Amino acid sequence: MTSPDDMKGAHVRMELLSSPIYTSGARDFVQAVTRRLGFAELDCNQIALAVDEALCNIMRHGYENKPDQPIWLAVWPVEAAGEANGIQIVIEDLARQIEPAMIKGRELHDVKPGGLGVHVIKEVMDKVTYEKRPEGGMRLTMIKHQRPAPADGSVQDRCEGGKGCHA
Amino acid sequence: MPDGQTLQVGFETQGQNVIVSPQGEIGYSEATVFRTWLRKAHDSKSPRIIVDLAKVDYMNTPGVATLVESLQISKRNKTRLILCGMNEKVFAIFKIARLDTVFEICPTLTDANAKP
Repeated sequence: MTSPDDMKGAHVRMELLSSPIYTSGARDFVQAVTRRLGFAELDCNQIALAVDEALCNIMRHGYENKPDQPIWLAVWPVEAAGEANGIQIVIEDLARQIEPAMIKGRELHDVKPGGLGVHVIKEVMDKVTYEKRPEGGMRLTMIKHQRPAPADGSVQDRCEGGKGCHA
Repeated sequence: MPDGQTLQVGFETQGQNVIVSPQGEIGYSEATVFRTWLRKAHDSKSPRIIVDLAKVDYMNTPGVATLVESLQISKRNKTRLILCGMNEKVFAIFKIARLDTVFEICPTLTDANAKP
C-alpha cells in the first residue's frame, strides 16, 4: 500500500497497521522528533499523547478494532522566518468517513468513561483539523507551535538533544 | 497477532483496603485487563479501593476511562476509590481531562493508607 500523495513532501513518513501494538512505537517516534526540534519536555509528552489518542480513535472507532488496516503518519517542521518553530503532524486512514463537525470531545462536566481522546487532542495541540479524504478515509492535521522561551532565559524544561530528558 | 499488552497487576487485601497496583503502560491494549482487575476489586466489597499508579509509566484516555468507570461503580456501591503514586506524565492527562478534582488523589501509597 503506497502512502497518500499529499504526504510526499513530509520530512518523515510512517505507515503502520491498525494494531495497538504499534501505537507505542509511533508515540516514541513523535516524542523523539519533537525533542530534537527543541520542544519543552512537557510539550514532547503531550504531542506524543495527542498522536497516541488519534491512533487509538482510528483503530477503535474508524476501523472498529480490525488490526490489519493502514494508517499513515507524516511529520513536517513548521517554520517561521526561516526557523523551525513548531511541528505539523498529519494522520490519514481508509476508515469509515464521518462528518468532521461530528467529531467532538465530550463535555467535561459530564463525568463518564469515553469521549476524552478528542478533547485531549484539541487541548494539547494548537490547531486540529479533521477532513474527509476524497479517496476515502479521514485526514487529521495537527499543528503545535513552540512556546516562547522564558524571559529569564532558563531552559530547565527544554530538551537539548535529549539530554536530561525523561520519557 | 499478539495483542502486545505488557501490563502486570498486583492485587492485595490489607484490612479494609484492596490495593490494586498496575505495572507498565495502560493504553488501548491494556485497558481491558486493567478493567478486569478493578472489577475484581469492586466485587470484593471492600469499603476502600486504592489504585497505586507508582509503577505506571504511561496512561492514555482508554486507561483513564477505566478509572472513571471504576469511580462510578464506587459511587454506586458507596465505597471509596483512591488513586496514588502518579508520575507527572500520568497526572498531566488527569489535568487535561479536568479529572484531577474529580478523583481522590494522594501522592503516595503511604498517604493513601493513612487517609481517614
